[in-house]
Amino acid sequence: MSLIGAKVLRKEDPNLITGQGQYVDDLAPAGCAFMAMVRSTEPHARIVAVDTSAARSMDGVLAVWTSADIAGLPARPSSLPGMDMPLIAGDAARFVGDIVAVVVATDRYTAADAAEAVIVDYEPLPAVASLAQALAADAPMIHPVLQGNTVFFQDYTEDLSAEFAAAPRTASLSLVNNRCAPVPIEPNVVLADWGPAGLTVWAAFQAPHHLRNTIAAFFGISQDTTRVIAPDVGGGFGAKINFASEIFLAAALSRALSRPVKYTQTRSECMVAMFHGRAQEHKVDVAFDDSGKILALKVQVTQDQGAYPDATGMGLPVLTTAMSAGCYKIPKVAVSWRNVVTNTTPVAAYRGAGRPEASYMIERVIDLVADETGVDPIEVRKTNFIPADGFPYQTHSPLAVYDSGNFAGALDELLRHVDYPALKAEQAARLADPNAKLLGIGFSSWLEIAGFGPPGSLEAFGHLASWESAQVRVQPDGSAIIYTGASPHGQGTVTTFAQIAADQLGIDFERISVRHGDTAVIPQGIGTMGSRAVAVGGEGVKTASTRVFERAKKIAAHLLEATEDDIVVENEEFHVRGTPSKSVPWSQVAWKSFQPLELPAGMEPGSLDATVFQQVPNFSFPSGAYCCVVEIDRETGEVEIRNMYLVDDCGTVINPMLVEGQVHGGVAQGIAQALYEHMQYDESGVPRTATLMDYLVPAAPDLPGYVSGRTVTLNPSNTLGAKGVGESGSVGAPPAVINAVVDALSHLGVKHIDMPATPQKIWSILRGSK
Amino acid sequence: MGMIPARFDYRQAGSVAEALQLLASCDDAKLLAGGHSLVPLMKMRLVSPSTLIDISGIAELQGVTDAGSVLRVGALTRHRVVERSQVVAQHVPLLAHVAGLVGDPQVRNRGTIGGSLVHGDPAADLPSVALATGATMVVTGSGGERRIAASDFFVDFLETAVGPDEILTAIEFPKRTGAGFGYEKFVRRSMDYAIVGVAVQAGEQPGIALVNMGSVPRRADAASRALASGAGVDAVAALAADGTNPPEDLNANADYRRHLASVLTKRALLAAGYR
Amino acid sequence: MSTIETHTTRVTVTVNGREVSEEVEPRTLLVHFLREQARLTGTHVGCDTSNCGACTVLIDDEAAKSCTVLAVQANGHKVTTVEGVGNGSGGFSPVQEGFRQEHGLQCGYCTPGMIMACTALLAENPRPNEHQIREALEGNLCRCTGYETIVRAVQWAATNGGAGEWA
Repeated sequence: MSLIGAKVLRKEDPNLITGQGQYVDDLAPAGCAFMAMVRSTEPHARIVAVDTSAARSMDGVLAVWTSADIAGLPARPSSLPGMDMPLIAGDAARFVGDIVAVVVATDRYTAADAAEAVIVDYEPLPAVASLAQALAADAPMIHPVLQGNTVFFQDYTEDLSAEFAAAPRTASLSLVNNRCAPVPIEPNVVLADWGPAGLTVWAAFQAPHHLRNTIAAFFGISQDTTRVIAPDVGGGFGAKINFASEIFLAAALSRALSRPVKYTQTRSECMVAMFHGRAQEHKVDVAFDDSGKILALKVQVTQDQGAYPDATGMGLPVLTTAMSAGCYKIPKVAVSWRNVVTNTTPVAAYRGAGRPEASYMIERVIDLVADETGVDPIEVRKTNFIPADGFPYQTHSPLAVYDSGNFAGALDELLRHVDYPALKAEQAARLADPNAKLLGIGFSSWLEIAGFGPPGSLEAFGHLASWESAQVRVQPDGSAIIYTGASPHGQGTVTTFAQIAADQLGIDFERISVRHGDTAVIPQGIGTMGSRAVAVGGEGVKTASTRVFERAKKIAAHLLEATEDDIVVENEEFHVRGTPSKSVPWSQVAWKSFQPLELPAGMEPGSLDATVFQQVPNFSFPSGAYCCVVEIDRETGEVEIRNMYLVDDCGTVINPMLVEGQVHGGVAQGIAQALYEHMQYDESGVPRTATLMDYLVPAAPDLPGYVSGRTVTLNPSNTLGAKGVGESGSVGAPPAVINAVVDALSHLGVKHIDMPATPQKIWSILRGSK
Repeated sequence: MGMIPARFDYRQAGSVAEALQLLASCDDAKLLAGGHSLVPLMKMRLVSPSTLIDISGIAELQGVTDAGSVLRVGALTRHRVVERSQVVAQHVPLLAHVAGLVGDPQVRNRGTIGGSLVHGDPAADLPSVALATGATMVVTGSGGERRIAASDFFVDFLETAVGPDEILTAIEFPKRTGAGFGYEKFVRRSMDYAIVGVAVQAGEQPGIALVNMGSVPRRADAASRALASGAGVDAVAALAADGTNPPEDLNANADYRRHLASVLTKRALLAAGYR
Repeated sequence: MSTIETHTTRVTVTVNGREVSEEVEPRTLLVHFLREQARLTGTHVGCDTSNCGACTVLIDDEAAKSCTVLAVQANGHKVTTVEGVGNGSGGFSPVQEGFRQEHGLQCGYCTPGMIMACTALLAENPRPNEHQIREALEGNLCRCTGYETIVRAVQWAATNGGAGEWA
């Protein structure tokens, strides 16, 4: 029986539910010292002096470093030339949270005291805290190499003035995609141990080989003596692909002090130091006709890069503009983008990374067109969908060739769960009753680009390559170990990859282990991001398993004196088709696979071991349809989500329990962005939401339950048919929520409300209407 | 940044007398009860006392006693105990109700009523109960006991009438047996402090008190007077924010807070049985 | 190696039925005492403002955030961590098993605190409804699950043994 599609309990859980998980901060090697940071409290300032004398004189303090102490080291990797982020700020600090000095002490508490004792003399410089400030004429500049604060500008890819002039109707929309903090519950943590035999770094990281390659290059050391281990990782959401400066500082200090050095970010540090996500502004123009048919679309994306542009951050608007047409066949699309620096925390990947921004934009546009034409939003979607037989579909972007999907099918499936006419009737009745809460119904038909795997797709972000590695190694007793480069941090990869391998190998799921996260154990690897683990890494496991199985069949055929084509496996027994009595157990085949005398001619011992660098020809395109029903308190402006209906198409489902978990988690983060979370700065660039008291990560009472459905179109780019699901919810949920909020307020003439839809914002609208 | 308190000396007091003695002999000492207001501030190093005097073991400051016309609640009584107390539920049901809404379950298990009140946080829930019910604070110093009306207790932002060498030992709540009550707490996220809160105590001496509507916890005086004189809920609610100077923050500007105070007052009045 | 001279105090806590007695600075947080002195690393730190609940343990059988309690405050008391709620021989408590059965965890970092908060809930209210479960977990943040599967995990435990027993 196939395990693909089966609800299988996770192999990961026994450790994690008993407190036996091993996260980086749990490690305490002998002699381990602790690192703490002195961070800039100024958004932009010249660093006049750093007085470390008091800190140095404290008992237990081993080192206090300022920029002078790292003079021989490069800047943080993934920086842009001329706009480098130094590991420790030298002449100037450019955001609140920029590292100004580093202390190491024998224990955590002393390190905190020493950091507190470092005195920094700042000379404040004018700061730019927002895109508007950064782009103003005569704005203060952050990086002298730039003329102004724009790092990169791409003008509209096409001139659509003729299309817009000829269109029966046009409309415009300005959107802010609010800056979010990723907030994995485990912040950045690193332990570095630089000994005579080499450097070992344990890091809460999503891509250990990527980090290994980078650390070795950074220090000019050999990769064979550089080992990176990502043990249990407490969530990443994209933020743990970034090369946090702390990782390199811990290694440098371990080398200098000849002892292990550990660093654990506090949450308040994490809020300003771990790179943020989203932070885009959109200017959108749409041309359409009276039926709601969209004729042309112009999108300009302005991406806030924070104080130091990062290679991933620079790519965000590329993804947003590539996916700007969403699920729709829009005859003409022109996109433009620019990357702008501000005195804020750098911006890079956060769950969805550029794609939630695109779906939010186009799904708001769809509802705007519905509002302008009076055509129901469902109809506008159906009018414009790329048809189910329209694939492959070349979008306006060379990056995005949609491979598969059935957008109308997903929406129809959604409407089987949602009684839309009844909701519309309830909405009207409530509107007529001044004491009733307002009801809003919002839809999103979303699509994203995922499965980062085609050659070139990750190289553009600084990775070695875009394949994913998989090694399948059968042990002499017939159990198997899978080694994957797709290092997980909560996805359940150990379980899903074992499911895939069990199916291909005919070895019991319980006798398959999956190893990951250690560059000394895993041959090579890329990492887990961009919803690629199953679509690329899982496919690799399938490919490698198939190769091993073919070889095992050869051995079994040899042992059974049968032809290979007649060999089948059942219950871990190889037998000749139609003759179950003529069989040899997997364990025997495995054992003999190591014994030259038992092997068929030409076969080497140890051949039940295959390593694959899995390539895929295209990205994947998960899609779906969501519906959100909100109630709004007319007196307070409070929004409550009453229902959240979710239909996902992630292609083949390996484990429905884990798929549901990924969808729920992504949707929760999407709702959080739409209603709760917003990383804010005051006008001078001081963060206003730098703790979990002020930055509102929602808890259980603040979020709804979910109703889930599914449609399946297969991914043609891999044999599994799987598309990936990690980012889906964060892509689909925000527009559904905001469309519902706007729908509830549309009788007041409301066309748009920016995220997060806070009670105060809505109250202001309601009050203004009286 | 954030996690580790500065160093301090730690002393334990076994009695109020001992605690007073320690307070008098140490400069810059702070009393430690449940620690759920103090420890977070110390971790952020917003407060770094040289000495902590742990009073949590003082038995005489624990528990609820029925003292005739009042309930006497020991300052070290934890929120959870107040929330579950039958005698509180019977005689000061507003207090039991609100004690169950403070923070989250973990906070309620450790935090104490006295600790919450002496912290004087205008955004905290329990001061509004003391104000709405007309409670009396019992404070002990070297000169003996003195009693302070709740309305005189909260003097400035995070500052109460308790002197540096004094200890809040108990709170006396007049019994409101059988009287209606209401508490409305407006939050964006369940665990958070109120953006605005309103406590209403019905009965012969009705009271309305506000949470997070100024730098100190305060009664809604005009609304309370109107209520006592028999005004209807809409009229009373319209007066809720009179004389307040509400704070402005990311969640609410002053106008919105005034509006919320009025809306929540009406709802709390309705819950308390007024029409 | 340099030495640190500081005023310390002896703290003795019964952790999961075992007495742990150490000289520590009075400012030592209970969570660090558990992780670094008792070497029980199942209890995690996720924030510094008492919001996230990853550090939740039971003190005298009641849920508490061990990052907001000084170790000295637990002196002479009983503390139960996630390591202490299974049956000790590799078996899981009903709440632990519920998290496994209903996929109530992904990265696992918030999970020990969640399990302890859920254990305390079921000890007090063996048959909570969904609303009560969500309210009882208001002091615990999870970034992975969206909470619905955690609600189901508690419901699973409620019908399969409840809070369980511990030392």
